[in-house]
Amino acid sequence: MSPARPQVVVLDYGSGNVRSVVRAVERAGARVTLTPDFDTALEADGLVVPGVGAYAACMAGLRAVKGERIIGRRLAGGRPVLGICVGMQVLFDAGVEHGVTTEGCSEWPGVVSRLQAPVVPHMGWNTVEVPDETSLFSGIAHERFYFVHSYGAREWVLETNDRTRAPLVTWAEHGGDRFVAAVENGPLSATQFHPEKSGDAGAALLRNWVAAL
Amino acid sequence: MSLAVRVIPCLDVDGGRVVKGINFLDLRDAGDPVELARTYDAEGADELTFLDISASHEGRATTMEIVSRTAEEVFIPLTVGGGISSVDDVDRLLRAGADKIAVNTAAIHRPELVAEIADRFGNQVLVLSVDARRVTAGGASTDSGWEVTTHGGRKSAGLDAIEWARRAADLGAGEILLNAMDADGTQDGFDLDLIAAVRREVTIPVIASGGAGAVEHFAPAVDAGADAVLAATVFHFGTLRISDVKGALARAGHPVR
Repeated sequence: MSPARPQVVVLDYGSGNVRSVVRAVERAGARVTLTPDFDTALEADGLVVPGVGAYAACMAGLRAVKGERIIGRRLAGGRPVLGICVGMQVLFDAGVEHGVTTEGCSEWPGVVSRLQAPVVPHMGWNTVEVPDETSLFSGIAHERFYFVHSYGAREWVLETNDRTRAPLVTWAEHGGDRFVAAVENGPLSATQFHPEKSGDAGAALLRNWVAAL
Repeated sequence: MSLAVRVIPCLDVDGGRVVKGINFLDLRDAGDPVELARTYDAEGADELTFLDISASHEGRATTMEIVSRTAEEVFIPLTVGGGISSVDDVDRLLRAGADKIAVNTAAIHRPELVAEIADRFGNQVLVLSVDARRVTAGGASTDSGWEVTTHGGRKSAGLDAIEWARRAADLGAGEILLNAMDADGTQDGFDLDLIAAVRREVTIPVIASGGAGAVEHFAPAVDAGADAVLAATVFHFGTLRISDVKGALARAGHPVR
């Protein structure tokens, strides 16, 4: 019994280098379409939201394709979404860059702010602190992943009670500052690092995500 | 644990072909940048840098194809430099699949280019490449004693190298690729004074380049303040292997991937 390869949409909203994301997700076992189309993005087995550059520019691009509504409706229906880099950051309430606050998608409470470290951007391969219950990092919890960012979710403020399953939060550290490196929250997953640029470890993470679609 | 020191091989590409000879591995085509990129990836390179030295439009168009093919096959970050002089050049390279671009001479002529690129694409895509050397007796003096050069180190640009690095960081460069022209080609080791001088002035990552000749040369560069180390000839000619460089860095107490 060989299941059909899942259909994944990489949301095309004008954000940076998406060629590598498309290829990496294909290599992870999915059929991939790069499109900004609302219905296609809504109906796919999985949706990847990439993102590089400025928070405000990414949110503007995302809004132009009704990206926050696509994400919200998919999650309401339990359909998987994976945010990458700024594509993760926009899932929080807001981002603060150069003193300007930009409203995000508010899937999670909290604000994305500038890293407080001697050398910024945080650029390169770093280790991550992965919770035991992870499935996204299954088999790769001790690997390094490629980060490139100057801002991060430096606090995780979502409160959960004993009736809801708490999201799994993976952390990273740079120059004494700690920030969210990944989140596994039911159908909503996200990574601050770039799995599509993280060699074999990143490929394994994407396979873990695709395999669960 | 902390961020790993990045070890970055640099390939000079002319019209889609690697220029400096590669003779350490059994490659089907040692001049094919894509095959070399795959090989360095397998050897543990943390990033790749392509320096396009093509003089013609045709040559540059071919480089664009090479960047695309590399980005589709190699899943580590790729920086492309050489002849980039406008936001449109950057846009084309990023669309082709580059993750970062390196600017050099065009930014010297028109520093606003740094801000234009950073504003449009974010500072994480922008590497400022600085060809620096010590001011020689009889040359125009600078405050720091270091100057920026062009034309492969043959001409002075009339800029203080340390001041230029700081200004470019203020304008929005995300990283400095620091090429020590005095050390370049000597294989006597990195220019540690230069690395330390730039490290003191900027808070963005510094990539040290120029002078690597032995595995023991890399750890002192990191001690002097480099976040990453870049080399070309010693890797291409098999004098050093990436894994050996990483081994030496690890023995010196620096984290590596």
